[in-house]
Amino acid sequence: MALVLVDKVHKTYALGDLEVHALQGVSFSIEEGEFVSIMGASGSGKSTLMNILGCLDIPSRGEYTLEGQDVSRLKPEELADIRRDTIGFVFQGFNLIPKMTALENVELPMLYKGIKSRERMERALKALEAVELGDRGEHQPHQLSGGQQQRVAIARALANDAPLILADEPTGNLDSHTSEEVMRLFVRLNEETGKTVIQVTHEFDMARFGKRILTFKDGKMIRDEEVASS
Amino acid sequence: MMSLGETAKISFRALRANKTRSALTMLGIVIGVTAVIVMFAVGNGANRQISQQFASLGTNILMVRPGTDRGPGGGARSEVNTLVVEDAYALAEHCSAVAYAAPVYGGGAQIIYGNANYPARITGTTQDYFAVQDWELAAGRTFTDQDVRSATKVCVIGQTIAEELFGWEDPLGKVIRVKKVPMMVVGILEELGDSPRGDDQDAVVLVPVTTALRRMFSPPKPNSVSMISVKAVDQDRLELAQRQIEELLAIRHKIRPGQQNDFVVHNLTQFIESAKSATAVMTLLLTAVAGVSLLVGGIGIMNIMLVSVTERTREIGIRMAIGAKSGDIRLQFLVEALTLSLLGGIAGILLGLGGAHLISSVFGWATEVSLLSILLSFGFSGFVGIFFGYYPAYKASLLNPIEALRYE
Repeated sequence: MALVLVDKVHKTYALGDLEVHALQGVSFSIEEGEFVSIMGASGSGKSTLMNILGCLDIPSRGEYTLEGQDVSRLKPEELADIRRDTIGFVFQGFNLIPKMTALENVELPMLYKGIKSRERMERALKALEAVELGDRGEHQPHQLSGGQQQRVAIARALANDAPLILADEPTGNLDSHTSEEVMRLFVRLNEETGKTVIQVTHEFDMARFGKRILTFKDGKMIRDEEVASS
Repeated sequence: MMSLGETAKISFRALRANKTRSALTMLGIVIGVTAVIVMFAVGNGANRQISQQFASLGTNILMVRPGTDRGPGGGARSEVNTLVVEDAYALAEHCSAVAYAAPVYGGGAQIIYGNANYPARITGTTQDYFAVQDWELAAGRTFTDQDVRSATKVCVIGQTIAEELFGWEDPLGKVIRVKKVPMMVVGILEELGDSPRGDDQDAVVLVPVTTALRRMFSPPKPNSVSMISVKAVDQDRLELAQRQIEELLAIRHKIRPGQQNDFVVHNLTQFIESAKSATAVMTLLLTAVAGVSLLVGGIGIMNIMLVSVTERTREIGIRMAIGAKSGDIRLQFLVEALTLSLLGGIAGILLGLGGAHLISSVFGWATEVSLLSILLSFGFSGFVGIFFGYYPAYKASLLNPIEALRYE
């Protein structure tokens, strides 16, 4: 069974009097363990798709099935549970909470799951070690480089052991060297721990790290291709 | 869902991150609670002092004053001089419920002994006065009926006079000058303390009423008095005594039925009640003012919480994206507001305790901090936190995570 199943999904926004059709009947499926890159220019609907995949938003029409559960008609509270347990987010701007240490940032998703403080700390440390930042737990975000911050964010995405990692332009704020490091980390997580990774990017160089590229244009998927292994 | 303890920890952290702002926000609550505690303490203290002092005056005392009753607070007209010394004697003799009745006529005067002088209240009265007031002598004797009959130049002085004029010297048998009249000290009162009004009751010189009327003052009539102090046989017969006094004086003053009395009988318990209700009104007013400042403090909290929610929109978005429910967010901000107000409340209570202590030691006012006022103001500051914190918290919980994440 596919981890992600998107079936004829439409998303329409009302922008004043204007109706914006951000997604117009998108369908695809992603199996567990895949590493998929979603490409497209701005306005192609890839951010909207990302919001729906991340359960931050629901489709206007069509169905989105995640881990076999139809999540397209869930209430906000139920979506919050799915975000917490099934999805690990990595954002372009890192989105760590300032004035909290790296460790505390990683602990946060577990906090909302109600995990006891001792176990939380142990698991957060393990997640930080997995991104090779085991020694930076007590640093605050502003004391870390961009690449390190992004790795903390990835550790946070791993905290609740969610099967799906959603990365929205994860290298958008990083230089090319650091970008590659972060991408290799995704590849390693994908290959070694079997995490499903979906990333949105507009850089082909970054998209290439995935095994499959979905290309979007004007709210429609126009290509779905395997990346030739080099 | 996150536990309340974890939520409290997050809130503390957020407040610590903005120390100055948090402290300033709390200030309103701190001032409000301090004011409430201090006001209550002063009010309670005043009340207790009034009760104690009136209790020391005795509860079965009646006061007869000249003039017509003009209702509570109206007082008696001073130009009326209808009471006479003989009225007091008649009351003691003919009213069965009256144990003692003492006429009083006096005024203020400078007391002179040698080079020393001191202002005192001169009270011309009879022996009965000591019994009415339950005053004991520390030394010497009171003046006798014989002294009153023949207007002898003897006096009984209060502790303050004894100390101020004589120091270590023994006043008994010494002669002081009161309104140019040489008076021999025959007795010294025991210490009385301050009156309910705050006057020094020990700055007194008691003289035979006749001596006061004939030798010291110039009364409108040679035998008129400004008051008759009456002690009822016991408290149960206080009202009976009041009725008997009114009947007897009406006859003696030839008041026709339907005509208004030319004297008023005051009951001391009425004084206690009116004094207490006066302090109660004052306390209520001041507490209301303090309450308003609590309210203003609450609005301050709401204001800052709204700013904080806006500032932390992105943080709220992040928290929501990684699994916080809107309930978690609402709770977080509510607990933050509550923490602010309760910390403010605690600081206010401590300051209030200190303030009450300071007031009693600097101004010498009796203060009494009640547990009720502490619980009340703590509870109220908690209520203020929840009430004014709810709207910002609710607003935060309504944020759309997508828009919140995009917020710069």
